[in-house]
Amino acid sequence: MNREQALFEYTLRIADDSLILGHRVSEWCGHGPILEEDIAMTNIALDLVGQATNFLEYAAKVDGKGKTADDLAFLRYDRDYRNALLVEQKNGHFGDTMARQFFFDVFRKLFFEGLTKSTDETLAAIAEKSLKETKYHLKHSSEWVIRLGDGTEESHQKIQESINNLWRFTEELFFSNDVDTMLLESGIAVDLNALYPLWKSQVAHVLAEATLEIPSGTFQQKGGRTGFHSEHLGYLLAEMQYMQRAYPGMEW
Amino acid sequence: MKNLSLEEKEREFQAKIDADQKIEPNDWMPDEYRKTLIRQISQHAHSEIVGMLPEGNWITRAPNLRRKAVLLAKVQDEAGHGLYLYSAAETLGSDREKTIDDLNAGIAKYSSIFNYPTVTWADMGTIGWLVDGAAIMNQVPLCRCSYGPYARAMVRVCKEESFHQRQGFEIVMKLAQGTPEQKALAQESLNRWWWPALMMFGPNDANSKHTAQSMKWKIKRETNDELRQKFVDITVPQAEMIGLTIPDADLKWNEERQSYDFGAINWDEFMNVVQGNGPCNKERIAARREAKENGLWVREAANAFAEKRKARQAS
Amino acid sequence: MSNKEWPLWEVFIRSKQGLSHKHVGSLRAADAEMAIDNARDVYTRRSEGISIWVVESKLVTASDPREADALFDPADSKVYRHPTFYDVPDGISHM
Ligand SMILES: [Fe+2]
Ligand SMILES: [Fe+2]
Repeated sequence: MNREQALFEYTLRIADDSLILGHRVSEWCGHGPILEEDIAMTNIALDLVGQATNFLEYAAKVDGKGKTADDLAFLRYDRDYRNALLVEQKNGHFGDTMARQFFFDVFRKLFFEGLTKSTDETLAAIAEKSLKETKYHLKHSSEWVIRLGDGTEESHQKIQESINNLWRFTEELFFSNDVDTMLLESGIAVDLNALYPLWKSQVAHVLAEATLEIPSGTFQQKGGRTGFHSEHLGYLLAEMQYMQRAYPGMEW
Repeated sequence: MKNLSLEEKEREFQAKIDADQKIEPNDWMPDEYRKTLIRQISQHAHSEIVGMLPEGNWITRAPNLRRKAVLLAKVQDEAGHGLYLYSAAETLGSDREKTIDDLNAGIAKYSSIFNYPTVTWADMGTIGWLVDGAAIMNQVPLCRCSYGPYARAMVRVCKEESFHQRQGFEIVMKLAQGTPEQKALAQESLNRWWWPALMMFGPNDANSKHTAQSMKWKIKRETNDELRQKFVDITVPQAEMIGLTIPDADLKWNEERQSYDFGAINWDEFMNVVQGNGPCNKERIAARREAKENGLWVREAANAFAEKRKARQAS
Repeated sequence: MSNKEWPLWEVFIRSKQGLSHKHVGSLRAADAEMAIDNARDVYTRRSEGISIWVVESKLVTASDPREADALFDPADSKVYRHPTFYDVPDGISHM
């Protein structure tokens, strides 16, 4: 693996998290719990699709094989996607969606803060823009976790269950391997090990305010970052790639 | 403070409208004016909200990133439009959630076009081009309607609508200029949506019960047939320009009228869809009802939390 | 738990140009914080604003339209408050 390959892989991870989560959140459009929230969630989906586009454009450039962002988004095989397992999990109910978003947003904010200092100027610039969006997403998701946690008995129970169910996908957000090692040396990558304790304490802070328990002793799943996904991703991709697969090579 | 008889009030009210002054929420207004407006505005709001569903159906299958973002933004705008309109209706004393319950119970009406299915990607283009196009045609005159909050909501809506029609036309144009398969997609979609789009303007003037009074009150500023004709005259050349055929054998330029003559609309189909028998009426209502029911515990939780927060801040 | 609706809020937005906050519409929210967030999402999707005020609709006191004569007609006769009331010779500018 050379530096370009590592950078390509690294950029795909960031892009695919946005792409797949953006897809999931966009599934809510028209079905939100109230009109105002429908609009709010669509804004988040739009931000994520925008981030995916920016990072994929850069990935395509780094890749240097004449592909476009759309080629990368719509024409890879399942095993070539690098998103974390967390973001491909199904929407479930509103609490499941907010818990997933909350875990991700805390991670993403820390991550983008780090990435703005990357020696790779393009990554730093996209991170700068994305960070602003992510701060708002985090405000939104953490407020909802608190509201649901400290709302009614029913909502408390539901969101606690969501937290418990999704907890097993959280550590993977901090997965790193030789890709990271290589890029850390040149100051391109963010040191995920250093972020993990911060993530934990920020999550704990919000969960405490939400009167929710932090799960313990949960076995942590991983695989997404290396292309081993859950069964959900195949269906998501079948839907997302439908047009490009059914009408190969056409422009839209 | 003046004490006027009902007739005097009505005369003053009509004089105000004739002078193109706006009626505002707390102004006196005839009961019938209020009722007609509540009906019209809430039907309009429902149409925006139900209208999210057929297009929402393709968000996850949009063919590229740009189209996906545009479609998301467009459908989101429609949610906003619904919200502005429900708010305008609320200034007349109608309650948003009760109005929505009427919709979910299948009692309230909304634009019948949204009961047709979106079966191909081309429908995203055709809807933007024809359905938003027809909606804009209907809505622009309403920016001058006599009821202030409605007129102001429509100004905002119309400003946002302008990109909807363009993005739709762009999709169709791209298809029409594409491969034979793509062109066929565009034509097939136009064939399905053309007549329902013409029906969006409502029954012929001769059969429209509310038109005369609504025109007098300036809550409707052009008749159904006038608007429909305008729409045909504008749209036919657009179709020609991109090489698509309007599915109407009777369509023909009338030199004398400087307008297109067009074929008879199948009003039986229209009535049938309005009465709940369109291809998707059941699905649309079910989706709305499900969203509201599934969101109940969420809305309750937010209320409960707001109360707790208030209590904490007070102590 | 109560199945009541979220209260209605009036939204005021100040645009970039530094004008006063202007009423733009209303929305539903469970509390003030949510009202601000919802206002941001509903009413500033096209960069319409840089500052938001929200106030619960029930807290707004409005003037009574039946008293409009008494409230507003007297101002009609005070034309001297408007600059166009005064004659300024043609040669004078910047006034
Ligand atoms: Fe609309
Ligand atoms: Fe529209």
